[in-house]
Amino acid sequence: MESVFGLVGKDFAIVVADSSAVHSILVHKTNEDKIMLLDSHKLMGASGETGDRAQFTEYVQKNVALYQFRNGIPLTTAATANFTRGELATALRKNPYMVNIILAGYDKDVGPSLYFIDYIASLHKVDKAAFGYGSYFALSMMDRHYRRDMTVEEAIELVDKIISEIRSRLVVAPPNFLIKIVDKDGARQYAWRESIKDAPVAAA
Amino acid sequence: MRRKALAFDHFLHLNVGKCSNFGSGVIFEYNGSALVAMVGKNCFAIASDRRLGVQLQTIATDFQKIYRIHHTLFIGLAGLATDTQTLYQRLVFRHKLYHLREERDMKPETFASLVSAVLYEKRFGPYFCQPVIAGLGDDDKPFICTMDSIGAKELAKDFVVAGTASESLYGACESMFKPDMEAEELFETISQALISSVDRDCLSGWGGHVYLVTPTEVTERILKGRMD
Repeated sequence: MESVFGLVGKDFAIVVADSSAVHSILVHKTNEDKIMLLDSHKLMGASGETGDRAQFTEYVQKNVALYQFRNGIPLTTAATANFTRGELATALRKNPYMVNIILAGYDKDVGPSLYFIDYIASLHKVDKAAFGYGSYFALSMMDRHYRRDMTVEEAIELVDKIISEIRSRLVVAPPNFLIKIVDKDGARQYAWRESIKDAPVAAA
Repeated sequence: MRRKALAFDHFLHLNVGKCSNFGSGVIFEYNGSALVAMVGKNCFAIASDRRLGVQLQTIATDFQKIYRIHHTLFIGLAGLATDTQTLYQRLVFRHKLYHLREERDMKPETFASLVSAVLYEKRFGPYFCQPVIAGLGDDDKPFICTMDSIGAKELAKDFVVAGTASESLYGACESMFKPDMEAEELFETISQALISSVDRDCLSGWGGHVYLVTPTEVTERILKGRMD
């Protein structure tokens, strides 16, 4: 089962996701990117039904871009979170998206923020969040070690502790994780944590 | 022909092993909540717990369940968190429109009828919420009421309760309540009733949130209880 977790630090937010694409007992690939860059200063880590995840995060990404084209200014993280919740809530009683989302963003006036959005469209602004079986370990580790004013180095140390805990204690532990960070300089990939390297894709 | 999967079908597995008396009540226990409103002498108090959970896991301990409609009207929403958020947005929208047209705030009795109508609209696909409404009506007379998820109003002169801890809350309120309490005594009473009730319910707790409303001021207080 997919693990996604995130936390807010002093002036940044981090989202971490595992990178296995699994169908029943088969692992299709181990370097799947589940954290979408919505715009220059937003990250959306998603877990759940594979098709819904890919389609829904892309849908939100394109709508965020559309807003910026139409209005000339980017959406705030809070507005993006509420838009996402609205889309999930509207679809809920017709054709629900089975996607759990952790939305991280950096706004100049507000600083870093993190939003927990359930697949049934429950929205809450939080300092730390996690989904999946890995959440049992991630939330406990964060309850113990997390502080609101962590530096990037301290946060990555905590992330590594969490990944190590998931790898050692979860029976179907995902081998590889992807870490992305968002701060005043923008949203970007921070690092991979790989214990299995996928074979490189041959040229077509 | 296989029927299309409906939104809450995956909750069906939760009914396995559960007492048949619960029926589909399990969906009201998905997030966990405790709400209570009490009437005092020319004042009222409305209180909630602060937990947001997903079944056994606690997600947050600062989740807002009481919303302000206008300066003397509050609505607490218990039940499924996503529906409480949707319902709150719809009600605030309706009240803002009312305010623009009527150039005044809604009376609590009117608002209660509005909530009832909005809930009954979804009679055959309801919002899984139980609202608790509290406000000061004409002549600053306190008004409280609750309703079920399809809008059956229940007016009360003393107290109303809602949420996963409602049974404990009924007992605690019945024994602690006295009519015509002043603001400070009302605050003490509602706080004790809330804390003692949520301590017996694993799905609600992590502190309390109390609003005390008199004709002249609104006081908001956070309670510290057992943080589990």
